[in-house]
This record gives sequence, C-alpha cells and structure tokens, in this order.
Amino acid sequence: MEIEKAMERGYLLTEEIEDTFPSEERLRRGMVAIIECPQEIPCNPCVESCPFGAITMEGGINGIPVVDYDRCTGCTLCAQVCPGHAIFLARILDDSRAVVVVPHEFLPVPERGEEVKLLDRAGRDVGRGRVLWLLKPEREVHYYLVALEVPRELWKEVRALEVIR
Amino acid sequence: MRYGRIEEHPILKFERGRKVRFTLDGRELWGYEGEPIAIALLANGHDVFFRMEDGRPRGPFCMIGKCSSCLMVVDGVPNTRTCVTPLREGMDVRTQHGEPGLPERVSDSFVPPMEIRRSLVVVGGGPAGLTAAIQAHDLGVEDVLIVDEGMRLGGQLLKQTHRFFGNKKYYAGKRGIEIARILEREVEERGIEKMLMGTVIGVFRESEPRARYTLGAVVKREVNGVYKTGFVRILADAVIFATGAAEKYLPFENNDLVGVMGAGGIQTAMNVWGLRPGSRALVVGAGNVGVIVAYQMLQAGIKVEAIVEIMPRIGAYFVHAAKVARRGVPILTRHTILRAIGEDRVEGATIARVDDRWNPIPGTERDLDVDLIALSVGLKPSVELVQQAGARLRYVGRLGGFIAVRDRYHRFAPFGYVAGDLSGIEEATTAMMEGKIAGAAAAHDLGRAPPREASRVIREVEEDLKTFRSGPIGRRIEEALRAVVVEPPPEEWGGEIGD
Ligand SMILES: Cc1cc2nc3c(=O)[nH]c(=O)nc-3n(C[C@H](O)[C@H](O)[C@H](O)COP(=O)(O)OP(=O)(O)OC[C@H]3O[C@@H](n4cnc5c(N)ncnc54)[C@H](O)[C@@H]3O)c2cc1C
Repeated sequence: MEIEKAMERGYLLTEEIEDTFPSEERLRRGMVAIIECPQEIPCNPCVESCPFGAITMEGGINGIPVVDYDRCTGCTLCAQVCPGHAIFLARILDDSRAVVVVPHEFLPVPERGEEVKLLDRAGRDVGRGRVLWLLKPEREVHYYLVALEVPRELWKEVRALEVIR
Repeated sequence: MRYGRIEEHPILKFERGRKVRFTLDGRELWGYEGEPIAIALLANGHDVFFRMEDGRPRGPFCMIGKCSSCLMVVDGVPNTRTCVTPLREGMDVRTQHGEPGLPERVSDSFVPPMEIRRSLVVVGGGPAGLTAAIQAHDLGVEDVLIVDEGMRLGGQLLKQTHRFFGNKKYYAGKRGIEIARILEREVEERGIEKMLMGTVIGVFRESEPRARYTLGAVVKREVNGVYKTGFVRILADAVIFATGAAEKYLPFENNDLVGVMGAGGIQTAMNVWGLRPGSRALVVGAGNVGVIVAYQMLQAGIKVEAIVEIMPRIGAYFVHAAKVARRGVPILTRHTILRAIGEDRVEGATIARVDDRWNPIPGTERDLDVDLIALSVGLKPSVELVQQAGARLRYVGRLGGFIAVRDRYHRFAPFGYVAGDLSGIEEATTAMMEGKIAGAAAAHDLGRAPPREASRVIREVEEDLKTFRSGPIGRRIEEALRAVVVEPPPEEWGGEIGD
C-alpha cells in the first residue's frame, strides 16, 4: 500500500485503504476486524492474540498484518491488545444502520445508549451515533472499546468518538 | 488556568503524599510531600525559577535533572535541581539570581563522604540499566549496585502511558509505566542494591589504583526530615553505563521563555506528577515523541493547537500519528516555529510554512494562541561519563549524535559497557535487549557466569535484536551501528565470548 501521502498528513483517506476492507456481504454476516496498520513496524501482538489464526504477517514481526475475513469472528481480542489503536471492527445491521467499534482512551467515558459525536480519521465531525456497548478490559488500566451504531454509509469513515454532554 | 493539578485521568491515578507547607522567598505555600519542588511551585502558579544575570527568566524544561533551567536555592544550597528534589515540610526555597554564592553554612547541608566497593555498578536505572543489572545478577554477580539520579527506578518508562510495540517476550502491548513496575519488582525480588537520587558526576581512572573504575556520586539522603547531600566514592570492578539521553534544543526567537519545554519534560510533569504545565500547546516535531506526547496532552486535558514538522513527512510511526489526527489535531508538515511570543512566559507562537530548502515562506506566518511549546526535536545520548571513562566517541547523526565506539558485547573498554539510548537512540525494547547483552557480558568478563551460560544468553538476545531490527526502520539503525561497532571484539577488551 502507498502510504507516503498518509505520512504527510497523519491519516489515511478511505480511498487509500478501502480495497483492503471486507466486503459488504461479509459485513452483513457479522462483526469483523478492520486493521489500519499500513507501515512495517516491529510489532505483532494482534497476530499472537487471535485464537482463530485469522491475522497473518508476512516476513515476521515487521510485516503488515492481514486479516482473513472468513476466519475472523469479530471477537475483539486483537483490538484489545493493539498498542497502536489501529484495529477497528464493523458490521452492517440493515439498510440504514451499521456498527463500528472504536478504541477510546479519553474522559469522559460515554454510557450505553448515549448519543455521541462521530469523528473520522482526520477528527472531522461526521455525524451522530449511539453507544451500543462498551468493553472495558480486565486490567487495572482503562482502555475502552466502544461499539457505535452509525448511519450505514459511515462504517468506512467513523474511527473515533467524542462525548457531547 | 495555565497550570493545574490533574484530578481525573483516563489511565492514571495520582497517589499524592500528605500536604506540607514550604516557603518561596519567605512566602508560605503548600504542596504534596515527596513531589518535586518544581511541581509544587508550578501548581502554585509560580514558574520563574531563576533569572540569568541579564534578567532572562528560566523555568522547568527537562524535568529529569538533565538541563539547568530549574536551579534554585533550597535550604541554603544554591543550584539545587528542583525537578529531582522531593518536597519536604518546612523547606526554604529561594529564587536564584545570576551566579549564586556558596552556601553560608555548608556543614548543615552535607553529610561526610563515604566509600564503597562493588563488583558491578550500573549507572542509570532505566530499562537498559535495570535489565543489565538483573541479567548480571542472574548470571552470578551478587553485588550489583544501581545508581540513578531519579526518585524512582524506571527511567523514561515512568512517564510512558502508551502501550508499547514489540512482541510479548519484551512486554508488547503493555504500557511503559507497567514495564517499569515489572522491572522494579524484579530488581527488588533479587535484592539488588539501588542508590536513588544519586548522580554520578565523574569517573576517575588514573587517580585511584585500587580499582578499575572509580566513580564519584553525589547522593541526597534524608536525615531527620531534611535532605542532606553527600559524596560517595564508588570503587568498581566493572561498570555498565546506561545513562539514557537528553532532549535536544532548537534555535528560534524567544526559545528561552518559560513555557518552552521539552516534550519529555511535559510528559514527566503530566504523567508522573499529575500536573498540567499549560492549557493550550504547540508541539514542534512530529517524531514518535512529539505525536505521543501530543496524544497524552489531550488525555491530560491540554488542547493541542497543532504539531509542526519541518520535514515533508511525519517521522513518527503512522499509527501513533493517526491517533492524534483522529482527535482533530492538525499535523502540519513543511512547517516550523519562528518565534515564541511573550515577556517572561509563552503567550503565543508564530509558525510558518517552509520551502524546499527549509526557509520560511514570507506571507505564510500565523500566530497561534498557546501557552506551552513542546519541543520534540530529537534526543542526544548522554555520553559525558563514558567519555570520561575512556570511551572513544564517534558522531552518528542517525543514532542521535556522539556515541561510544564499542564491540558487539557492548564493551567500550575492558570491563566498561554501554547500553540503551546511550549507545544510540532507539526504543525501550531494544534498550532492554542491549541491557541483557551488557549484563551477561559483564558477568562473563568478571568470571562469575557459569561456563557457556553468558554466551547462550547473548546469542539468544542477539537473535531477538536481529528480528526486531529487520524492518525498514530497524535496518537503518543496523546500518548506522556499523560505524561504531568494532568487529571482531578487541582482545584487549576481552575478545570473543564463545562457547
Ligand atoms: C516521549 C517518549 C516516548 C517513547 N515511546 C516509546 C515507545 O513507545 N516504545 C519504546 O520502546 N520506547 C519508547 N521511548 C523510548 C524509551 O523510553 C527509551 O528508548 C528508553 O527509556 C531508553 O532506556 P535507557 O535505559 O537507555 O534510558 P532511560 O530510560 O533514559 O534511563 C536512564 C536513566 O539514567 C539515569 N541517569 C542518567 N545520568 C545519570 C547520572 N549521571 N547518574 C545517575 N543516574 C543517571 C536517569 O535518571 C535515568 O533514570 C519513548 C521515549 C520518549 C521520550
């Protein structure tokens, strides 16, 4: 993948990565991991975390992780361990709604059912969504995964949230 | 509010000591016992710590005792580094003006010198030094002493709240602060001796025939509730230097205003001591340190107006940059800072776009409303002590500046070793690997390691290092290291460590 442009601005554009995304058909079947980690860096906890062998890396620890979307069950384990906060999950619910799971490490922590601001990769406000569930890993340190119900067309865009109270 | 204590944080809980009173230039203030004096002062809104002879103000910059911006007169002792001196009830703190005189009553502030002797001394208790000490101890060196000038073991890990890359064996996915705790526990479990708040100030060779290395350390010790300073002469059969690195500076107009801080210094204030050193920040430099500290500032409730980077591309790992970008922080490549605005302290900053030759483009200047400027323009290895210890230095830009010429076992001389950022700026993971090699080599050279054990450990870690450095970033480090690693290991340094 060409990442030189992304290295000039700090984020990827949807069109730069969407060819690596799971198909809409797969997204309708259920939750699936989407990894946005396009650079060769020495890091592999995602590969080690996957109980289904769905994440592979060519060329050892510096390889780029690739998800086998048929093996991936959307269990969230990889997203919980990713030090780079680069793993998201998504699924399509119906014709109008999708779910995106994003990491959240800020205060305040949103509550279930709460309406939040949806941010894209550049931090732009792209709309509102509702918190479906939160996952707080069993560690002393907080690092939330937040599942957001978003307008269907936004599953490729939403990558963070902001609490609006 | 420019400065403030962080009461709520998404990751950290701050355990503060009891409230104590102290005085600043005779005025009564309060702070928490055990926190650095510098933190207590900032929390009280006091940020000009001393003035140069020409009246220029100075405030905290590095927060780890490496620069000289926070010197004050504490309990009569001038030039006290307030960023590494813990607050105590009743302390008398005074602003310093120009060159201070000698303390009036020396005897009150000092304890008599002492001398100790150890087989192995490790200077620096960061990831490199701690793993070195643990490894040497595990291979049979019983009397290892770790000397560190900080108030706790862990070095730079103590402020890294983000999760580390790498693989499981080297704690990938864990936060730096957790890794520091693990290493500290391992040191404690082994009963390895440590000397905290001890600064090694010199290595004396010729003057002392009784030992291979003689180190001079200045140590702060608490005597009846007051810190006293003492000199310790440490005789050592072998020394591992793991003194880390210091943050680089950048020339621009008004760069000495209070509020221009090292990014690492900001990190120490926020993440170790729970103090917000500003409310709106500009970050200069989009390497890993810059973008990580920007993210952590957001977590601490500091608004980050922008990150400027003079190069056409971001130097940080993409994923670190993406974390701040999605919080709406603009990362402006091909941009630089022209000046800090303000009288004594930062009240703004002017940035501009640069052309292909890094010259600011007229008409592109823009003022930002910030009260904190974070410099993250690189680290340079702290080589002063190894140089005194006889190391030959060579300048390697990619590794951060001058570094010691060494062999593959991290020896720069017989029974002298370097590891971690000191032997080339890289990462905590590789610092730990290098520490293991240096520790094992020292145990071997001292004749303590069981036969073949040192070489087994070293070969294994060398493999880990090779794998780790096999990516594009690591390969560049490997190439740069060729300029300083002598092959084969010189006989006079101890030669090969074979089976
Ligand atoms: C903002 C930031 C983010 C980072 N993020 C990561 C990351 O995500 N992953 C990663 O792997 N690495 C990261 N690093 C790098 C990592 O922290 C360093 O590479 C690592 O800490 C180096 O270890 P060290 O033991 O060589 O030095 P240090 O950790 O700097 O330890 C040196 C120790 O020596 C002591 N010392 C120095 N001089 C003396 C003296 N004269 N007398 C006594 N004691 C002395 C110091 O007090 C200090 O405790 C980051 C660094 C920074 C600044």
